[in-house]
Amino acid sequence: MNEPIRLAVLGAGHVGPVIARLAIKAGYAVAIATSGDPEDMALITELVIPGARPRWVSDAVADADIVVLAIPLHRFLHIDPASLGGKLVVDAMNYWPASDGVLKPFEEGGSSEIVAQRLAGSTVVKALNHIGYHELEDRARPVGASDRQAVGVAGDDPAAAAAIAGLVDRIGYDPVCLGSLRAGRVLQPGGPVFGAVLTLPEFEQAVYEDARSLA
Amino acid sequence: MTYTFGLDTFGDRNGDADGKPLSHAQTIRNVVDEGVFAEQVGVDFFGIGEHHTEYFPMPAGDVVLAAIAARTERIRLGSAVTVLSSDDPVRVFQRYSTLNAISGGRAEVILGRGSSIESFPLFGYDLADYEELFDEKAALFAELLKGGPVTWEGKTRAPLLHQDVVPHTESGPFPAWIGVGGNPQSVIRAARLGFSLALAIIGGPPARFAAYSQLFQRALEKFGRPPLPVLVHSPGHVAATDEQAKDEFWPRWQDIITLIAPERGFAIPTEESFDRETGPHGALYVGSPETVAQKIASTLRALDATRFDLKYGMPGLTHEQLMTNIELYGHQVIPRVRELLS
Repeated sequence: MNEPIRLAVLGAGHVGPVIARLAIKAGYAVAIATSGDPEDMALITELVIPGARPRWVSDAVADADIVVLAIPLHRFLHIDPASLGGKLVVDAMNYWPASDGVLKPFEEGGSSEIVAQRLAGSTVVKALNHIGYHELEDRARPVGASDRQAVGVAGDDPAAAAAIAGLVDRIGYDPVCLGSLRAGRVLQPGGPVFGAVLTLPEFEQAVYEDARSLA
Repeated sequence: MTYTFGLDTFGDRNGDADGKPLSHAQTIRNVVDEGVFAEQVGVDFFGIGEHHTEYFPMPAGDVVLAAIAARTERIRLGSAVTVLSSDDPVRVFQRYSTLNAISGGRAEVILGRGSSIESFPLFGYDLADYEELFDEKAALFAELLKGGPVTWEGKTRAPLLHQDVVPHTESGPFPAWIGVGGNPQSVIRAARLGFSLALAIIGGPPARFAAYSQLFQRALEKFGRPPLPVLVHSPGHVAATDEQAKDEFWPRWQDIITLIAPERGFAIPTEESFDRETGPHGALYVGSPETVAQKIASTLRALDATRFDLKYGMPGLTHEQLMTNIELYGHQVIPRVRELLS
């Protein structure tokens, strides 16, 4: 039997626990970490994320095959890029000034491109950012379900994007690989699929129409 | 087990029978009448949520609550929520302590960041600071509630040194809750500071919040505090039949959620999503008194909660529709839920 894939979820706010629960259900070995002491997370993991292991960020990342960033974007600015060096990183964060305030470093370009620039030693894939945290579990469906929804996966490294597409598929969504982090701008707040409930054909249509309107 | 039942409003701007919006002033006067009527039909609590928009013109709920206090004797009155992050905890305490005096000890406060965030730019706060703002201010508010001189220092307001903050309450702290939308760390914070827990559930299956309720009680134990109550706040609309309630509520819900969806990250509502949310496992309490009562009873059971606050109204509904909703809630829904839970 193969060892389970090891996931480190950074962040235990609205989004992190939801992704962690979905991944545990799908058979991943999940560690969760916040900026604080894992001791303080013990109650939260026991009751809200059963099966996840609370750890220090450095330990969780060191042992992880995949690191999921589920922290507020302004906190990301305080992360030491070296701490994520060499890792496959899922950027589930959003730059959303209307909700979280203006962050100067993110004013130019796609947020995941800027994340990738700052994490030059890591491989960044954008995913799991565009379905609301309050819907992500409720909407997950097994392969082949007629109402299974699509989740966009954007990365510059095709192998990394394919790995994250596998994660998306296993937790209950049809992955749609977009060719690059830049193309992943369609997944951002204000884009055609952000907050929308779309099946695979609907998703592709929405993204296609958006790309055409930009052309 | 003692259960209590409240009604919350955001001062949703009323429409007239033809769908034309009433003035902000008339809407506010109607809220006063609605609060007074809520007491007459047996509702335990009336709450007003702070908002600063054209369709929720309700920035000074405490003033409106004072008017209701002057015309009532029994109903408890509070905020739902006060956006503490963009306010001064000292002033919030003073306003609600004054309301407590006017009403003979009937004031409460529910503190929140508020998922509506229009107050941040209005009062010159940076949204990027909201966690620090709320964390500090909630801690200061907990100190103020204890009564007696306060000594406090932080980054978000001027320090206090043995400061006596008036008016003093007559019989200890008034009830104070922290509103939480789904962040488990916020649940821990409420327990750490000794606030009761208000779960705002506005989408998806309410039963998934059961873990938050357990987390809250376990965290209270861990911090050496006695158990504190959990309340559920959810939107809804009661009319004579399920069909009538849905027909009245749906177009208003669709309009307002479509309007705020882009800035809040909500999905645009569809008839399918509305049916799911108004069904037995959704977060909207829209229907006949029996339908709504069954759903409230099952939520309170699942979450081990002892209070339910129905956020009634929606911009565009008429004052008459809201009064009917209040009457049915007080005379039929509340007694039926009590019966189901007994």
